[in-house]
Amino acid sequence: MKIMLKNLTKKFPGRSRKHPEDVIAVNDFTCEIPDGELVGLLGPSGCGKSTTLNMICGLEDASSGSIFFGDENVTALAPELRGVGMVFQNYALYPHLNVFKNIQFPLENLKGKERLSKGDMKSRVLEAARLVQIEDLLDRKPRELSGGQQQRVAIARALVKMPRVLLLDEPLSNLDARLRLQTREEIRKIQKKTGITTVFVTHDQEEAMSICDRIAVMNHGVLMQEGRPQDVYDNPANLFVARFLGTPPINVFHGTVRDETLFLNQAPVLKVKGVSDQDVIVGIRPEGFLLKSDGPLRCHLERIEVMGRDVSIVSTHSACTGTSLRSIISSESRVDTAAAEVCFSLKPGKVFLFSAKTEERISFEIPGQPLSKGE
Amino acid sequence: MNRNHKKAWLYLLPALLFLIFFMVYPLIDVFIYSAEEGFNFASQSYFGVGLYNFSYVLHDPYFLQAVQNTIILVIITVPVSTGLALLISLGLSSIKPLRDLYQTIYFLPYVTNTLAVGLVFMILFQPTEYTDGLVNMVIEFFGGSAVDFIDGPYWAKMFVLCFYTVWIVLPFKILVLTSALASVNPDYYKAARVDGTPKWRVFTKITLPMISPMIFYLVITGFIGAFKAYSDAVALFGTDLNAAGMNTIVGYVYDMLYGDSGGYPSYASAAAIILFAIVLTVTCINLLVSSRKISR
Repeated sequence: MKIMLKNLTKKFPGRSRKHPEDVIAVNDFTCEIPDGELVGLLGPSGCGKSTTLNMICGLEDASSGSIFFGDENVTALAPELRGVGMVFQNYALYPHLNVFKNIQFPLENLKGKERLSKGDMKSRVLEAARLVQIEDLLDRKPRELSGGQQQRVAIARALVKMPRVLLLDEPLSNLDARLRLQTREEIRKIQKKTGITTVFVTHDQEEAMSICDRIAVMNHGVLMQEGRPQDVYDNPANLFVARFLGTPPINVFHGTVRDETLFLNQAPVLKVKGVSDQDVIVGIRPEGFLLKSDGPLRCHLERIEVMGRDVSIVSTHSACTGTSLRSIISSESRVDTAAAEVCFSLKPGKVFLFSAKTEERISFEIPGQPLSKGE
Repeated sequence: MNRNHKKAWLYLLPALLFLIFFMVYPLIDVFIYSAEEGFNFASQSYFGVGLYNFSYVLHDPYFLQAVQNTIILVIITVPVSTGLALLISLGLSSIKPLRDLYQTIYFLPYVTNTLAVGLVFMILFQPTEYTDGLVNMVIEFFGGSAVDFIDGPYWAKMFVLCFYTVWIVLPFKILVLTSALASVNPDYYKAARVDGTPKWRVFTKITLPMISPMIFYLVITGFIGAFKAYSDAVALFGTDLNAAGMNTIVGYVYDMLYGDSGGYPSYASAAAIILFAIVLTVTCINLLVSSRKISR
């Protein structure tokens, strides 16, 4: 089921007489989620991603804008009529019911034509349980399950109604690190198997990048960018998106463009064709550095962290906005740990320019070669 | 380890001493009194040891009346007050405007003096030379005949006592239940809403099981409280409860000790032990039922 969000806006009334102005949680959100894809709503906490999810679910009414499932306008529809399955952050499993009854709960609510016989209910529950591999836990109570198992029960309960859309609110945040890796693969597998259009909310960009078909990055209630994870990573629309995606995070510098050349503190570092003269903010991905003894970017070496496959070089540069900059290079390159200075040349595809005023991306033509001679 | 133990005992000592002097010793004393036959208060002497005191109390019509009154009071007021409190707290938690005001109003009886409430009830229910009382005026308005609720037939007096008890215990129960309702995670309700759960089913399948520990707590303490009822009856019917036929078990114990016909600590102790046995039995049954029901 394709989901269309058109100019979706959510305003909450001011909290008190002191703060009478409306809080705009989601602002003019327009996005299309293709049928059968897993989409991650991504953003820092308080950016409106959960509110967006709740509006898709129907738990929150949209202040304006509309939501379409396929061709059907569901904006005014009650949640139970939308055909959505929702998995809550704390799973919201009923503690006094065992796993079987928890999964069966939504089916028992069906009335009229949709009413199921006892046998049908049982087979539906078993089917859902098999899908998430919890058939052997059916008579346990939720408190007797691990976090990961509870998560699966919650997913089974959401899937048992055969919803058109599956919604997951921070599904992994209550799990420990190892389980998180495992469970996100699990979610991916279940989603592929069922082919249900799935929206999932997370603040963890790594999580979203690793399992989503598409990601939508939000900040302050505004959709910043939407697309395939790799595309968004390689082509961030603005400084926020560039900063939000990627571990370790992108290195940010103040720079100037003169005569189509990027200067960091008066030192020319990169040819940027097609950019007019102006002050810019420069983002360089950690993997965008190349060790080069006569490279144009000269940094003061702090320390070197060897992490097996890669070597991470921590250094400082006066134009860098952070306290230090981190570059990751292949461990085959040799670094003189005793040297006070380390020099890099830059991979133009990993360097992004942003307007110093609007923080929007300024694209430049990538010439065949980096600025310094040869590679 | 050992030194720590000594320290712990030292810290516990004041509380322990108080408990021993004011709880344990009197408790043992009650058992001793109850077994001493023909105890004379003036000479502090007795004839022998046996179960005569229990036999006397159990054959005393005033005691049997008190037991009957107490049991009727318990059976009526505990379910009624708990049910009403649940309804009111459900109402309170589902309204938004003026909730604080309503909460304050419902809490008023809790901070009001028992005797003051008794006075108000007298005005409401008791006919005097000048007026039939407010309640009787209402009854007469609808074509009924006036009833003396304070000094009249047994069922009328019992009705007032139950009404009074329910009214006085409601606020605490409402307070406990509203906070129990507020502590249910709203995500359960959201999940139920997404699944299109009907309201009644949300109540019986989610709300009720979630707050059931609190309900059982209220039922158990309600039973114990109602078995110990005394001041309410005094507030309504005066101190001579035996004459009014409205005595309670605790009232009987008091009368045996200090009443006009008092001065019989042995009978009082025997009655107190019988009350203790009844409360213990009922509480054990309650706990058994609740532990089977609340299998969290």
